[in-house]
Amino acid sequence: MTLDHTDSRLLNALQDGVPIGPSPFAEVGRLLDLSQDEVIDRLSRLKAAGIVTRFGPFYDAAAMGGAFCLCAMEVPQDRFDAVAAQVNAHPEVAHNYERGHRLNMWFVLATETEERIGTARARIEAETGIAVLAFPKLKEFFIGFRVAA
Amino acid sequence: MSLDPADRAIVAETQAGLPLVAEPYAAVAARVGLTEAEVIARMREMCRRGVIRRVAAAPNHYRLGLTANGMTVWDVDDAAAADLGARVGALDFVSHCYLRPRARPLWPYNLFAMVHGVSPDEVEAKRGEIAGLLGDACRASDTLYSKRILKKTGLRLAGGR
Repeated sequence: MTLDHTDSRLLNALQDGVPIGPSPFAEVGRLLDLSQDEVIDRLSRLKAAGIVTRFGPFYDAAAMGGAFCLCAMEVPQDRFDAVAAQVNAHPEVAHNYERGHRLNMWFVLATETEERIGTARARIEAETGIAVLAFPKLKEFFIGFRVAA
Repeated sequence: MSLDPADRAIVAETQAGLPLVAEPYAAVAARVGLTEAEVIARMREMCRRGVIRRVAAAPNHYRLGLTANGMTVWDVDDAAAADLGARVGALDFVSHCYLRPRARPLWPYNLFAMVHGVSPDEVEAKRGEIAGLLGDACRASDTLYSKRILKKTGLRLAGGR
């Protein structure tokens, strides 16, 4: 699917956020001079094509009561895949990336409480014999990120 | 911050997205056993408290051509880090921006900014923009490109999995 000019305008507008009210698609349509039905049809097509993954509330996971921590390990190359399997086996590991650095394995721990972050780290260190460095966020900045469509 | 059972029902019902219908909050209300007005009032309140950041479309960067990404990391003077971090986070090509603790000697960096672009060259050019913005307050920096996704699961409501 290729985006026409109207799709691009719609996608750019929808990334900025829509006020919570009874008829959000009619509201967006008013801004862009589109009918409510056209907004819904176009958004449905963008979603079906995988260009929009979802439309809805962006929840702050930490504000909902969970705990999160970015962690990194320096894993010897000859053990990398075995250690990746050990780390990934923990349900607390939400995502895990191999990155190009001496600290070559970066993952996020997601747990219900802060204490469980420490427990998961300690278990991974005990199983692998490799230190798990923790990089908890100290401050998060407002994000201006928008994908120009 | 606590969510009561009705809030949690709304979160569970909407975290994968709203239905694309004329009155999506009425549709959510019908599924969770509240009125439309209650759902709207509760979601506005969650917005006010920062539980909801915004109601918006999440684009797929890859499908829109942003296939290159680098985790740029910077050793920024602590006294200036909060101000400069706010300016870096506001850039339209930065998708995540955090201050985190250093882990010297291996890791001298305290500012993390995820940069997206259509190519590695574009990521490098944007990294140059950040370097210019940080100026003398930055002592060292690096960019970590992802080589492989080892695991990826969605973050879900705690207790909801």
